[in-house]
Amino acid sequence: MRVVLGEDLYLLREGLARLLTAHGCEVVAAVGDGPTLLDAMITHRPDIAVVDVRMPPTFTDEGLKAALAAREKVPGLPVLVLSQYVEQLYARELLADGAGGVGYLLKDRVFEATQFVDAVRRVAAGGTAMDPEVIAKLLVHGKSREPVGKLTPREFEVLGLMAEGRSNAAIAAKLVVTERAVAKHTSNIFAKLDLPPSDDDNRRVLAVLAYLNR
Amino acid sequence: MSGYADAAPVTSRGQAGRRGATWWERLVLTPVRGWALIGISVWNALVWSLVVTAGSASGGGFGLLLLPSSLALLRVTANQARRRSLAWGGVEIEEPYRPLPEELVDAPGFAARMNRLWHQVSDPQTWRDFAWAILDSIVGATIAAFAAALFLYGVYGFVIGIFWNPLTHAGMNDWYGFVHVSKSGVLTNLRWATFPLGAGFLVAGYYAGPALITLHSRWTALLLGPTPNAREAALAHRVARLTETRADAVDTQAAELRRIERDLHDGAQARLVAMGMNLGAAEALLDEHPEAAKALLAEARAASAKALTELRELVRGIHPPVLADRGLGDAVRALALDSPLQVDVTADLPGRLEPAVESAAYFAVSELLTNVAKHAHAQTVRIDLWHRAGTLRVTCTDDGHGGAVVGAADAVPGHGAGGVGSGGSGGVGSGGGSGLTGIERRIGTFDGVMAVRSPVGGPTVITLEIPCASSSAKTSTS
Repeated sequence: MRVVLGEDLYLLREGLARLLTAHGCEVVAAVGDGPTLLDAMITHRPDIAVVDVRMPPTFTDEGLKAALAAREKVPGLPVLVLSQYVEQLYARELLADGAGGVGYLLKDRVFEATQFVDAVRRVAAGGTAMDPEVIAKLLVHGKSREPVGKLTPREFEVLGLMAEGRSNAAIAAKLVVTERAVAKHTSNIFAKLDLPPSDDDNRRVLAVLAYLNR
Repeated sequence: MSGYADAAPVTSRGQAGRRGATWWERLVLTPVRGWALIGISVWNALVWSLVVTAGSASGGGFGLLLLPSSLALLRVTANQARRRSLAWGGVEIEEPYRPLPEELVDAPGFAARMNRLWHQVSDPQTWRDFAWAILDSIVGATIAAFAAALFLYGVYGFVIGIFWNPLTHAGMNDWYGFVHVSKSGVLTNLRWATFPLGAGFLVAGYYAGPALITLHSRWTALLLGPTPNAREAALAHRVARLTETRADAVDTQAAELRRIERDLHDGAQARLVAMGMNLGAAEALLDEHPEAAKALLAEARAASAKALTELRELVRGIHPPVLADRGLGDAVRALALDSPLQVDVTADLPGRLEPAVESAAYFAVSELLTNVAKHAHAQTVRIDLWHRAGTLRVTCTDDGHGGAVVGAADAVPGHGAGGVGSGGSGGVGSGGGSGLTGIERRIGTFDGVMAVRSPVGGPTVITLEIPCASSSAKTSTS
């Protein structure tokens, strides 16, 4: 898997590069500012770009802007955005094109190396990886809406994990139940929220996120 | 809010001044306005005589009843003249009245009515309004008459130059200026002079008309604007207010720094110490008890995650990242997304505002939203942000039950009730006092003002106004 890395802090950039290389990724470019990152994403066309939000030259949301611009030029280019903080506003902007292949995680998540690499793989395959903090805030909003309120506590839990971008298998492992039980929950959720059922994991997640983002 | 405290010098915007006026304004609007001002000066004299009548009859009960309403009419008339001066003549006139003390505003009862009346009568500006009302029918009307007549008289010069014969036969005046247009007379051979003379009036009307309207506005400002004394008093008032709010700001800032120091000391710093100890112990145990060392390492990692979370919350409370990245509009949108209420945001802001004002406005909105969520029982909230003429305006409208009060609101069930603001989770800036009072103090440092309209039963509209410049340059932080 070919990776472009955008992170301005040398220690973190090197650490991430080492982590990804150790898990069988090839870091084709590791850069430290917005414009160079945009160039690298467009010329290398990586399998995934791992991008920090705040970068030079303005030290504002340079990385996020570069990621959005790159996805405009190369539709569906998988991007995993890492940040010291997560904002619903930015999550919405990343998800807005509905194309999938986006991730938005707190930098802390890197501590759990296997889970992090798992998220990288998922996004590279066109899936999504949303930080539990973003999803928790989305669900707070969703809860006030009538159909979401009708979900059982277990279904609500499954909805949250699904919105993070996890597959049925991953949800089953996390909740210590069988995959079939999870499948039953998800079809219940889709029925209650009046969403079209789908066997495709990625499309299913996008539908849920679009629903919660309404 | 008192316009008095913020009285600025009379300024001319020149929107109808000599250069900016279109031909439509010069040839059509100016004469029409001139005529209107003549009519209005008659009305002003009527209002004046009404006040005189009410005043002289106020020995008896009847006059006392009539006086408040006639004075109210005088004030309305004067305020309309102020607005007209800006709209027609481009001269901005502040309302220099003394603000009505809070306790008198809507107080019922005869005593309160008399107090209000006395407050109005003892305001020197009321007497200046009174003098203006009668003098305007002389001075104002004269200026207006020139604006009204110059152009029309010029046109008449051409009409009489051509049709002098039928017109004089029909009994019209046979003089145009100094030109005698009758068939027999000493100066008959000068009849052609009506054309250049009329043209002269036309040109004079074209160029001087708008200036005359502006002159009329300046005359209005002379008596209806603040006197130098009043302006001085307003400045003194403003200095006193700024001194007070600056002291507040310094206190708030000191408290804020103490809080940050405490949070760092008890939070991230303590966790880093624990992490270091765990790592040291793990190092010592690594060879002999690898299992125990592993457990300690896991603990150290958990502590680092916890420290990060705490630092994140702390940073949010100091300066929210979205505010730094995107500015006030998007930062308030982010707040809206995080609020449990349905919040709609509209923002009309050019570029970035001054960082300090941005931050103050952000935390003010944050506190407003917390207040609404806590006290108003509202379903939906609207936040509008816009920047015009060097002022940032923020309005927050909610459909809750109203009854919000600024100040000692602890006894009132409205959502001015205290206790909001300090150390709130999710980064509501703290130390700025409580509720609406805290917001008022926070923006007071920037000469900002707050107005609250919150009838019982709702809706509540809270407006903040903060003077500030804007720039499109981004602030850079690292």
